[in-house]
Amino acid sequence: MTDVAVRTPAQRVRAWLPAYGVYVAIVVLLLFNIAFTENFLAWSNLRIQLIQVAPVVIVALGMALVIGTEGIDLSVGSVMALAAAFIPLYLGYGVVAAILVALIAGVAVGAVNGLLVARVGLQPIVATLALLVAGRGLALVVSDSQLREIRNPGLVELGSGSLFGLPYLVWIALALVLTVAFVVRRTVFGRRLLAIGGNRPAAELAGVPVGRVLVTVYVVSGTLAAVAGVLAVARIQASDASAVGVLIELSAITAVVVGGTPLSGGRVRVWGTVAGALLMQLVVATMIKHDLPSSTAEMVQAVIILVAVYAARERRSR
Amino acid sequence: MTLLEVAGVSKTFPGVRALDDVSFALQPGEVHALVGENGAGKSTLIKVLTGVYQPDDGAVRYRGEPVSFGTPLDAQRAGISTIYQEVNLVPLMSVARNLFLGREPRNALGLVDERRMNREAADVLTRYGVRTDVRRQLGTLALGAQQMVALARAVMVDAKVVIMDEPTSSLEPREVETLFGVIRDLHAQGIGIVYVSHRLDELYQICDRVTILRDGRVVHTGPLEELERIRLVSLMLGRDMAEVRREGVTGFTGEHEVQGAQPVLRAAGLRNRHKLHGVDLAVRPGEVVGLGGLLGAGRSETLKAIGGALPLDEGTVEVAGAPLRRRTSVGAVKAGIALLPEDRKAEGIVPSLSVRENIALAVLPRLSRLGLVSEKKIDTIVERFMTRLRIKASSPHQRVGDLSGGNQQKVLLARLLATAPKVLLLDEPTRGIDVGAKAEVQALVDELAAEGLGVVLVSSDAEELIEGADRVVVLRDGVVVGTLDGADVSTEGLLRTIAAASSAAASAATQEEAS
Repeated sequence: MTDVAVRTPAQRVRAWLPAYGVYVAIVVLLLFNIAFTENFLAWSNLRIQLIQVAPVVIVALGMALVIGTEGIDLSVGSVMALAAAFIPLYLGYGVVAAILVALIAGVAVGAVNGLLVARVGLQPIVATLALLVAGRGLALVVSDSQLREIRNPGLVELGSGSLFGLPYLVWIALALVLTVAFVVRRTVFGRRLLAIGGNRPAAELAGVPVGRVLVTVYVVSGTLAAVAGVLAVARIQASDASAVGVLIELSAITAVVVGGTPLSGGRVRVWGTVAGALLMQLVVATMIKHDLPSSTAEMVQAVIILVAVYAARERRSR
Repeated sequence: MTLLEVAGVSKTFPGVRALDDVSFALQPGEVHALVGENGAGKSTLIKVLTGVYQPDDGAVRYRGEPVSFGTPLDAQRAGISTIYQEVNLVPLMSVARNLFLGREPRNALGLVDERRMNREAADVLTRYGVRTDVRRQLGTLALGAQQMVALARAVMVDAKVVIMDEPTSSLEPREVETLFGVIRDLHAQGIGIVYVSHRLDELYQICDRVTILRDGRVVHTGPLEELERIRLVSLMLGRDMAEVRREGVTGFTGEHEVQGAQPVLRAAGLRNRHKLHGVDLAVRPGEVVGLGGLLGAGRSETLKAIGGALPLDEGTVEVAGAPLRRRTSVGAVKAGIALLPEDRKAEGIVPSLSVRENIALAVLPRLSRLGLVSEKKIDTIVERFMTRLRIKASSPHQRVGDLSGGNQQKVLLARLLATAPKVLLLDEPTRGIDVGAKAEVQALVDELAAEGLGVVLVSSDAEELIEGADRVVVLRDGVVVGTLDGADVSTEGLLRTIAAASSAAASAATQEEAS
């Protein structure tokens, strides 16, 4: 019962590791690649890496917010598929209209998730699992299970064009990262979200509108997933509801966890999440460049997840 | 032979000398009180005794032999059991399962012998005054009953030493009596007991010797009987005796001046199916109204109902004449009602957030524009309340989960006060916090009443209720059974009112609480 917390050096390392270990790992991997991988620093290579990681980052941002409330959103991949499925149907009304419809689909799924969690009181994992199944099913119905090519010049430009040498996709991801980081740090919504994740009954008694905040969090996650879905369509110049966003929920959760956001809620590390996604991307890229099978990359990723979770064990003894 | 002894033990954490040359000896069959304010070193000493910490210096001897427990489990195996303030059991498992966890009786097939386990569990618990179906989930029991299960479990493992850290903090008087009965039994069996508590009455009732710690040092050790109460408090606080005498037992100064005749809070006909059966309550500005009654009488429920945290079947709540329309916590906070919950850990603090974020939580809308919070405004308000309530933290950015109980409570009070409430509902505001913080909190309640707030105070500490409240409304089974006013506000008056009326109803009520 000391008044001021006192930490031993070992405890300090344990507090530091889950938060910043991911950056150390990235630096180590970058140095390794710069030294041993041919053409690693070539712009064409870096550009591809960034394009590939962008959708995971976008989805992981929403996931980080949901996890911050001690929840989880498994439906993000299906939301991507649903958004992708709506694009070709509404392209006839123009690019903007098609994108808008896709985003509204994301908002709608997010709202249903949020209402199931906040009002009906379902466990987040169950509620969003239901939407994972239903969402992809709906996407297949909407698209008639057909792969549709996209030739709309606007969308193609969005998926492959650049500004100041950096692809639009990366700019969009960056803008969203900055926005979410700002929201978490500076807004009432951000603080309330963390309070709910840290201690929901306490937040409730303190007059936090818990239901409204939770619904908003899931809507944000759904919307971000829809954005990722639109960008995926734009990049591959096709809408394939059966393939878009499959298993991305796992990549997103991995990025969040590796980035040092605890699954127990109450804390969100936005930049850590970005770093987590980059680290996983780098691992795969490194393996491929060195002619190792992708199964090796998966095993390395698994080890990283275990290390991250191990390091993040909360000091429960307190 | 001395049962458990530490000699010249020191323990230093970076920046803090938690224990400084501390010696302590426990004889068989002795109930030894260990007292001190927060940060005095009680917890550290217990952790040294139970193998959580290794001392930097000095020796621990158990039954004459030098020992060094590497882990709490080692200490437990050797016969040193500890019961912590918070119940350390599995709420989703049955009572019997919890009792026998890790030592379940087996049948011939090596499977758990449920029938025998349940039978034995029921036998054991009856001795502890817990009469319940042992197949029920532990979490569905009242806190007091859970505490008894924890105690039974601790003693059952063939303990020679039992360390109790605030064992009565969640018990009602009748359960405390049962606990003391158990302690006397243990005493007769030659088991040594280390008893940590902030409640002086209990210490004098049950303990033989006392060791007082202050700032990591032993300032007194000896038979308790010979030590005057007032001297015990002054040793603990390190304050001048005359000063303590002048201040009385609690931090309250006495009567408050009621300002204006119109009640700032008026609750009428509060009904909730099982818990409340038509409670009426009115509080005027500047008045402190105490809610008296036994555990389960509906005191906490009344506060929660007013604070919008308990759904009501019927009833109205008015703040300064304006009825509350939306019956939610959000609505209540907006209307100027601030509720300090009974369970600080579960419903109060957000441990992962900083002191600053915790204080600002309820007032975020007021400290922001267009949804963006103003760090400057938060800093101002946080600084104001950290100074006013003397919150001890290394910085406003320290995690609340790392603070002592007293400081956590102050952070919660700061959160409530930051909302500039008209009505303050305090549910056990000084439970489990040290004497110093307790006096500070009590003085604060006086101050707030003087500023014109209406205060409703629930406390199982009779002294606190009597000295703090101008009026005490006594509840039983969710109904008001009496009101003490003026000179009637006394311990005797309170007990008389609680004990009055049909004893049959009272005993039925206590049975219900036990189950």
